[in-house]
Amino acid sequence: MKRRFKIDRKFLPLLVTIGLFVVAYGYGAAQYPGMRSPQTFFNLFIDNAFLLIGSIGLTLVIISGGIDLSVGAVIALVSVASAHLLEKEGLSPFVVIPLMLLMGSALGAIMGAIIHYFKVQPFIVTLAGMFLARGMSFFISLDAVTISDPFYRALSLARIHLIGKSFISIHVAIALLLLLVTIYLAHFTRFGRTVYAMGGNEQSARLMGLPVARTKVLVYTFAGFCNALAGIVFSINLLSGHGLYANGLELEAISSVVIGGTLLTGGVGYVFGTLFGVLINGLIQVLIMFNGELSSWWTRIVIGLLTLIFILVQSWIASYKKRKIVVKSGAAAAPPPAAALDSLAASD
Amino acid sequence: MTPSNSAWKRFTNSQVFWPLVALALIMLFNAIFTPGFFKLEIKDGHLFGSLIDIINRGAPLMVLSIGMTIVIATGGVDLSVGAVVAISAAMATVLINPALGKQLIASDKLVQDVSATPLPLVVAAALLVSALCGLWNGLLVSRGNIQPMVATLVLMVAGRGIAQLITGGQIITVYFTPYFFIGNGYLAGVPFTLFIVAAVFLIAWLLTRKTAVGMFVESVGINARSSFYSGINEKNIKLLVYTVSGLCAGVAGLIISSNIKSADANNAGLGFELDAILAVVIGGTLMSGGRFSLLASIIGALVIQSMTTTMYAIGVPAMAAQAVKALVVLAVILLYSQQLRDGLSRLLERKGARL
Repeated sequence: MKRRFKIDRKFLPLLVTIGLFVVAYGYGAAQYPGMRSPQTFFNLFIDNAFLLIGSIGLTLVIISGGIDLSVGAVIALVSVASAHLLEKEGLSPFVVIPLMLLMGSALGAIMGAIIHYFKVQPFIVTLAGMFLARGMSFFISLDAVTISDPFYRALSLARIHLIGKSFISIHVAIALLLLLVTIYLAHFTRFGRTVYAMGGNEQSARLMGLPVARTKVLVYTFAGFCNALAGIVFSINLLSGHGLYANGLELEAISSVVIGGTLLTGGVGYVFGTLFGVLINGLIQVLIMFNGELSSWWTRIVIGLLTLIFILVQSWIASYKKRKIVVKSGAAAAPPPAAALDSLAASD
Repeated sequence: MTPSNSAWKRFTNSQVFWPLVALALIMLFNAIFTPGFFKLEIKDGHLFGSLIDIINRGAPLMVLSIGMTIVIATGGVDLSVGAVVAISAAMATVLINPALGKQLIASDKLVQDVSATPLPLVVAAALLVSALCGLWNGLLVSRGNIQPMVATLVLMVAGRGIAQLITGGQIITVYFTPYFFIGNGYLAGVPFTLFIVAAVFLIAWLLTRKTAVGMFVESVGINARSSFYSGINEKNIKLLVYTVSGLCAGVAGLIISSNIKSADANNAGLGFELDAILAVVIGGTLMSGGRFSLLASIIGALVIQSMTTTMYAIGVPAMAAQAVKALVVLAVILLYSQQLRDGLSRLLERKGARL
């Protein structure tokens, strides 16, 4: 009995997220008959597959104690670059897709290397990466480029039929496969453990002899790979490329990861939770759409507020834990007020 | 000989030196490659020319960089400035021309040269809203114990939504001539925006250099914990700097909306976060906090603006110019990075040893 309670506690943020999703969806289904169709549920996956792919890479980065703001920009760059290579250069998609994945990974690796070896804050390096990627896509083409490649068209129309008439598209399958692979990577490999250890305390991880440098560069490389994959899925979905696509997606991705129960300070989080973070993000849009009276900008406000609530709850849980540790360690050295210590620790 | 020599040394060691060198390099580039760059004309009693353009266009960025400098000096960062610019612009234009937000068809009544609210009230309301945005950031950082980047990210996400809420999702155009003076007017032949920048700079300079606040800010940036133990109310210092940053963003929003005579919730101040951070970084204030220089940041903002103007002049598209700016940020940050300096000096030492 006691043991079960403990497990519950560890998964608390994750359970809250899943519960929130179920309740919100239940509310929607009760309110709007249209939401009762299974296809509406599967559409959540179809519409947000690229967001899920990008957020999966971001989850690992955030767990490792970093951040990646380049998600949306890399998606835009990949969409433009692949459209240009397919249409203007006439390259085969079987050349373009690996090339794009390589480009994304290389961009991630470079950012990771700068972050690690020059000790620059991740957010400023990836912010620069974001502007670099967006700017590059406008160097390639100022206008939107339509993709007419038959392979891309076939992929975009392909449907995998599930129960009854409902279906998912091929990119949902890709996203879910990536999710499974990443869950394996994060929880069942040495690499995953190093990522968690690094996010918990980088210094300790290094002192334990863990390969911090290699892992950090790898995490950003993996995120870059995910971003490029998201870009490919995005361009298959839209069958065109433009530098302004996926504007502000990095924020949606971050809020998905946070709502999914991952701590922005690193070290704690679940790749599986990100799935529900993305679904909640999509659900808010669907609910506002079904409501019909609220304008689209409410989406951003609600997502912003929801993110804030999750961050505040996490920060509260963290300070609660710390207070407990201070109390446990006793009053030997007459510690200063716990609340003051917390605020200082948080500001470091 | 010696006094002037030491003065020169003090100048080269100051934070202002390298930004000035960068500015001089860009000017040199323009002197060679852009014909007529330095031409100044007097038309209708006003000064005209590329240089005046840079100052006028760069005014919002210079104001933003003042607020951002103080925030970064405390070891924080404010990512929401772009969104706050949009909110301030939306607030001001809605107060001047309220009906347009609700009505799609512009009637003659809406394009009249009148304001629904007195101008001082418009300015005050826009500044108040932006200060509240800054206060909100400050509360999250100082009282909510959230990392600055994350706390300001929330407003960066929600802020444009709020701006759209204010404007009702419309791009609001104003036709009230006195309002245009803020961003387009001339005073004594010089753009009025220059006076705004000077005023903001003077206030910030007096606040940080003539009172103890500046020292407190640097102290919090260097070590928040020891500042707390030395009796500095680090929470209120943080609250103050984010509020100041919000106010600066509000001023920038007023200048921009007045300059383009409209407010676009989606695009006003887009990408300003990076530009403002870049200005501070070029100005030599470290991202980790501590010593700061307002003047150096303003020169940094001028460097960015003249870089942008130069790129436009040689035909780089506006959106593509971002890529070049991003590369400059990275280069500057790497140049300031201790690791790179150590590596270089080690390399030089080894060479010296071999020789």
